[in-house]
Amino acid sequence: MMFASVMVNNKKSIATIATLLFAVLLGINVWDLSTTSVSDPGKNVFFNGMLRVEHYSAWFNTLMTGCTLLYALLMAGEIRKVGAHVGEYFALIFFMLCGLYLLSSYNNLLMMFLGIEILSIPQYILAGSDKRNLKSSEASLKYFLMGSFTTGILLMGIALLYGAARSFEIGNLAAMLHSDGLNPLALAGIMFVMIAFAFKVSAAPMHMWTPDVYDGSPTPFTAYMSTVVKAAAFFAFLRLFNVSFNNLSAHWTLVLAVITAATLLVGNVTAVFQQSVKRMLAYSSIAQAGFMLFAVLAVNSFAWQGIIIYAVAYSVATIGLFAVLVKMKDYTYDGFNGLAKKDPMLAFVTTIFLFSLAGIPLTGGFMAKYYVLLAVVQQGQLMWLVIFALLMAAISVYYYFRVIMAMYFKPGTPEMSSPVTVGDRVMLVITCTIIILLGIAPQLFLTNV
Amino acid sequence: MVLLFLILVPLLSGILSFAIKGNGAKTLGVVSSMITLLLSAWVSGTNFKESVSWQHDWIPMLGTQLSLLGDGLSSMLCLLTGIVTMVVMLVNLNKDVEKPGSFVGFLLLSQAGLMGVFLALDALLFYVFWELALIPVYFLCSQWGGEKRIAVTFKFFVYTFLGSLMLLAALIYLSLQSPGMSSYSWNDIVRAGSSLPASTQQWLFWLVFIAFAIKMPIFPFHTWQPDAYEQSPTPVTIMLSALMVKMGLFAVMRWLLPVLPQGVVYWGTTVKMLSVIGIVYASVLAMAQTDIKRLVAYSSIAHMGLMSAVMFNYSVVGMHGVIVQMFNHGINITGMWLIVSMIEDRWGTRDMNKLGGMAITAPRMAIALVIIAFANIALPLTSGFVGEFMLFNGLFYGDGSAAQVGTMVVAGLGVILGAVYTLNMVQRVAFGNAVEMTSDSRDLSANEYAGIAIIISIILYLGVYPKPLLDLTASMIAQ
Repeated sequence: MMFASVMVNNKKSIATIATLLFAVLLGINVWDLSTTSVSDPGKNVFFNGMLRVEHYSAWFNTLMTGCTLLYALLMAGEIRKVGAHVGEYFALIFFMLCGLYLLSSYNNLLMMFLGIEILSIPQYILAGSDKRNLKSSEASLKYFLMGSFTTGILLMGIALLYGAARSFEIGNLAAMLHSDGLNPLALAGIMFVMIAFAFKVSAAPMHMWTPDVYDGSPTPFTAYMSTVVKAAAFFAFLRLFNVSFNNLSAHWTLVLAVITAATLLVGNVTAVFQQSVKRMLAYSSIAQAGFMLFAVLAVNSFAWQGIIIYAVAYSVATIGLFAVLVKMKDYTYDGFNGLAKKDPMLAFVTTIFLFSLAGIPLTGGFMAKYYVLLAVVQQGQLMWLVIFALLMAAISVYYYFRVIMAMYFKPGTPEMSSPVTVGDRVMLVITCTIIILLGIAPQLFLTNV
Repeated sequence: MVLLFLILVPLLSGILSFAIKGNGAKTLGVVSSMITLLLSAWVSGTNFKESVSWQHDWIPMLGTQLSLLGDGLSSMLCLLTGIVTMVVMLVNLNKDVEKPGSFVGFLLLSQAGLMGVFLALDALLFYVFWELALIPVYFLCSQWGGEKRIAVTFKFFVYTFLGSLMLLAALIYLSLQSPGMSSYSWNDIVRAGSSLPASTQQWLFWLVFIAFAIKMPIFPFHTWQPDAYEQSPTPVTIMLSALMVKMGLFAVMRWLLPVLPQGVVYWGTTVKMLSVIGIVYASVLAMAQTDIKRLVAYSSIAHMGLMSAVMFNYSVVGMHGVIVQMFNHGINITGMWLIVSMIEDRWGTRDMNKLGGMAITAPRMAIALVIIAFANIALPLTSGFVGEFMLFNGLFYGDGSAAQVGTMVVAGLGVILGAVYTLNMVQRVAFGNAVEMTSDSRDLSANEYAGIAIIISIILYLGVYPKPLLDLTASMIAQ
């Protein structure tokens, strides 16, 4: 498909070239989108049926490339400051994007495995890219060890599934598993795969790595890891469980529902106690993962729209928030004290991002929550989980609004680590506009699937 | 289209107001709220003949539309919103506030949200406005409120937000039951909801009701309220108690009673009990207060309790009484808060024990206080009387069982207690030894005079001749 990586050695222009290439990729994706259609799904099949680009896959690719472009535009300056090997950083981001494309359209478990690895390995490197920082190295090592352990579990799951269904193809898998009745091998396989995915999307109780890794990694890379990359893992999760294990949902729904509830609980409650905004965002990403798991649980057609709009709304808001965060010198809540006085515009956009994450109407976050709730309410059997999730969403208001309170209602003069340029401001306003647009006209970002 | 302007005028002028530095924003606030008032008066005027409605596509794939309806009930509430906001803006003219631009801006935004809540005929649209009315209030209280404002406002926000989320889940559930599985129009929601089996309606009832009960507030969901009223700056307290709590009552009428009739029947008695407990509880607490702002806050809970008890007693005259009383209470309580804030400005305290002799130092204010207090305890010839009479009339309907009679008696007791604490407050504040004012402003200033005059003339006019108000809302009752 679309392999691209830049290896330019001129340090200054790398960021510009990379950004341009992201834009080109976005163009290719849009073109790609026009070639796929709902009515003719068999048209875009690659590598002997290993990849199958369906309409919603292409749609997801397009939106996520858009997010990456936005990310590059907002963060390019900061990425350059992380270390000496700027070219490599961008190359690794391109690799991750490639992994994302595989994950959105795999038709075969091996391709899925490949996608996950292509997505993960660059993350291990990027997490440790700030070599002078002990925490960064710790994050990298921790992530690598845990990640490779999970890889093993995933492979084991795939092997068991192959044993049960005698096929790697996800379409066949559904038919074979169903026709055989319930095979214990298949059940074990499903559980192993579920655990592996739960690790990748940082669902409790496989979330332990998340706070340390997100906190330790250089902030620009945390922004990418916690948004686009996570969304890709979710999309793959949904694709496998919605296509292959749909008929067996009675056997895994409860397990996943408990995982979801635990994720929501751990993410939200722990986030309350954090003092650092960056660490709070790490836990908030766990909490948001809980909501995204709703889409996987729902196994119906709303789920695709739900995951796509959630991925976009969450990614855009979080990237925006990180873009503000990198400008701050002090990452604690107190570091934000009095920001509204010093820089009203920065405080305003931050407020919109936080509103979106909290799910206030007229922001993208509301529509996202709305869609996943719609999906799971339609599924019908999990009303208890819905109510529980709503309680947790009310808790989430606490830690998101703490930042707003600090900015608007507490006195202080926050220090900036670097000046906010006009370009930054323009980009932040654009990001903000996207969030509002998502909130009032989600049809612009969704497609009928 | 005129309905759309009811929302757009405050919304746009609110946004504009943020950009204005200095006191020009206050003038903008007055002008904008006057335009809105005229529009809402026009809508109410046409409503004697027919309802006004407006519709446009919003998000077709969700089956949600921008659909507004101004019938008797909602146009009356829009009118109330228009009047109250204008009085607030008027009285605010000579007050010093920090950053007047943002202050007026947030007030206007919350007005836009309120208008939207009252007009929306699409469940999702209703929900959006429901939340939207809340956010500006959060900022208003947190930035311009009293000492403990941040914690108090936050509690208020989380409370109401949680309620709203429950409501959202219920609305999603209902829309999935509607024809085509995705419609949010009022008609479809009503059809979907009322055809659900009784057991489903019973649990769905609480999801919807808690959101509204928190807003009203009904015991035991009221704990945010006295603190929030006390800590908010007066214009915001007025928005909260005169208008926001009406959102709760209105929402029950439009989005609960017709949607889940069997759930309402099943839980009606429980809600009535809670309301009545609330009346007595709030009245007793009100008697123990020395801070007049807290006293008025608790008296407001008692009034709300009475209205919700009657609402769940479904009788025609009672329902009509609730609607009328919503309007009257909004006007009365606005007057009450205005007087309270004037007292605080002039004497620098809200403690009844440190006040007295207002009849000597500021006779006009004292007269206003007495009239408004009389309306508050529903003396004949004030607007409060008409509403309260109809409310009690409504409470009399029933099977004559012990529970029903008990409800009546206890609610009646609440009214007597209301007279006790209100008159006690008037006596201690207006009469007795005169206490010198701490600030140099004396009696009512011109703009305060205008604001209070509007309130009092409405109170007296509707007390003597309530027919226009009754006619306006009669069509609602017929349904």
